[in-house]
Amino acid sequence: MSLTALLVDGLTVRFGSFHAIDDLSLAIDYGEVRAVIGPNGAGKTTLLDVISGITRPKQGRVLFDGREDITGRSEAAIARAGIRRKFQKPSVFEGLTVRQHIAIGAGTGFRRGPEGPALEDRIGEVLETVGLADQAGRLAGELGHGQKQWLEIGMVLASDPRVLMLDEPVAGLTDEETARTAALVRALNRPDRAIVVVEHDMDFVERIADKVTVLHEGRTLFEGPMDKVRADAGVVDVYLGR
Amino acid sequence: MTRWTADRPFLAVLALLLATAAALPLLAGTPLEMSRYLANAIGQLAAFAVLALSLDLIWGYLGILSLGHGLFFALGGYVVAMYLLKHSFEVTGTVPDFLQFMGWKDFPFYWAGFGAFPYALAVAVVLTTLVAGLFGYVSFRSRVGGVYFAIITQALVYVAMLLMFRNDTGFGGNNGMTGFSVMFGWPMGTSGMITGLAVASLLVLALVLAGCRWLVGSRFGALMLATRDDETRLRTLGYETLRLKLAVWCLSALIAMVAGMLYVPQVGIINPRLLSPELSLEIAVWVAIGGRGHLVGAVVGALLVNAIKFWLSFAAPEVWPFILSGLIVLVVLVFPNGLIDLARLRLVRPMGPRRLAADVGEARP
Repeated sequence: MSLTALLVDGLTVRFGSFHAIDDLSLAIDYGEVRAVIGPNGAGKTTLLDVISGITRPKQGRVLFDGREDITGRSEAAIARAGIRRKFQKPSVFEGLTVRQHIAIGAGTGFRRGPEGPALEDRIGEVLETVGLADQAGRLAGELGHGQKQWLEIGMVLASDPRVLMLDEPVAGLTDEETARTAALVRALNRPDRAIVVVEHDMDFVERIADKVTVLHEGRTLFEGPMDKVRADAGVVDVYLGR
Repeated sequence: MTRWTADRPFLAVLALLLATAAALPLLAGTPLEMSRYLANAIGQLAAFAVLALSLDLIWGYLGILSLGHGLFFALGGYVVAMYLLKHSFEVTGTVPDFLQFMGWKDFPFYWAGFGAFPYALAVAVVLTTLVAGLFGYVSFRSRVGGVYFAIITQALVYVAMLLMFRNDTGFGGNNGMTGFSVMFGWPMGTSGMITGLAVASLLVLALVLAGCRWLVGSRFGALMLATRDDETRLRTLGYETLRLKLAVWCLSALIAMVAGMLYVPQVGIINPRLLSPELSLEIAVWVAIGGRGHLVGAVVGALLVNAIKFWLSFAAPEVWPFILSGLIVLVVLVFPNGLIDLARLRLVRPMGPRRLAADVGEARP
């Protein structure tokens, strides 16, 4: 098995004349929790959009598992390959129950996924992990903000992804909920899984990240462990100092 | 979704439909026999309710608003009219009026075979699937949705209307087609035929209602709701929503086609006005009034609005547009979920998503 889960190679994304991502290259390994931080408009969410197939890059490519070129594939194909993503705004299906979400997340497109007892076990396991076991029958629309965040994490977790991308998982959460989410993210870390987290909350990033990538104007400004990030003059200038 | 055995509004409406279907022939010859007018009206109402279900399936459960479903309704209607005229001609030798108007001696070549109902049905199914499939594929693939999709469907039905208004197409032009005298070898217009068509419409309505109920309650139905609520989310979970939308869109078109095939023999005429944008808009109004996203709501909405319309067309035809507009304003401003909101006021037992949590015994806020 290759060590590199995601290899982003010379990526450029433009919206009109605005360079959302400008010749960006980075590698994310299996077994690591990588935080991507940076000021608004730095290209963090756009990067996740490209990896998950929602936005097509102008140039460059994304390799999954070191060899599989996923650039230009459909969102569904990329998801089926094993790359799952939680959106910035909690995206759940208001009209469905918590357990229906996990069942959909555990499925493999329209092909037959796990069924019967195997599916029930998986649903129970995932709900236990994200702490929603006692909410299984509730409609997603009735859940609180924090519970929706965890439900979405559970939904993308249900298929046991190789790459898990979380876009602002603690935005709008209380301190206690943030601490719970940090513990959850650490617990999801495995040698055969890469986790990418986009977040603004520096204390949260410090608790979860093995390595931090700072983006600025679509390029990598700095890459390294969190203590080095805090000490870097450039990062303080464009982001942390504000 | 509540289990169907616990879905009381659904079971009540289904039972009512089946009871009416049984009562129509059983009461014949007794003092309680329904008038031909009433039986015919019930049959037409049932056809409209099938049409409303077809729209609710894609609008209420998939979030795709079509303002052009009259196209598929009329497609079924035109094909069944062709069958009726050709069949009547084969039995009685009567040349249809529209051929005489055009001074044509014979049916155009593409009318060949329409005297056989199975062939006509097959043509309707294939044509509807092709038109809906092609239009749906192009639209959904380009990710056209929401109000843009609605406008395109409206344009599509308008184009079809302009086409059918032409007299040289061989489909009756602006006069349409009428003079259906024989169906399945039996004369039209008799009490037996009127009852038979009404019963058939009620049974088809019951079948379509039950079928849709099964579909939306299935795993596939959960994926439909997921597509409605957040399509990008579902796609990034590995589901090609294009296929799902295309399948449900075609199914919906086929149900609308069936409604048209039931409606035209009962009303006795078809003309391009069935393709007018107004009718297609009105279908959405029935569904909105009854309660979008609730099958029973669509059925009740269609029955109620059209029953009032039938009654007013005698009592006071000029006030109908005002009543309809008033109902729309009321739904938009006061009852966004239509009659379902009234049901939530406990006039009727509540149904729909909120029931679900109660069913699994969760504490309610």
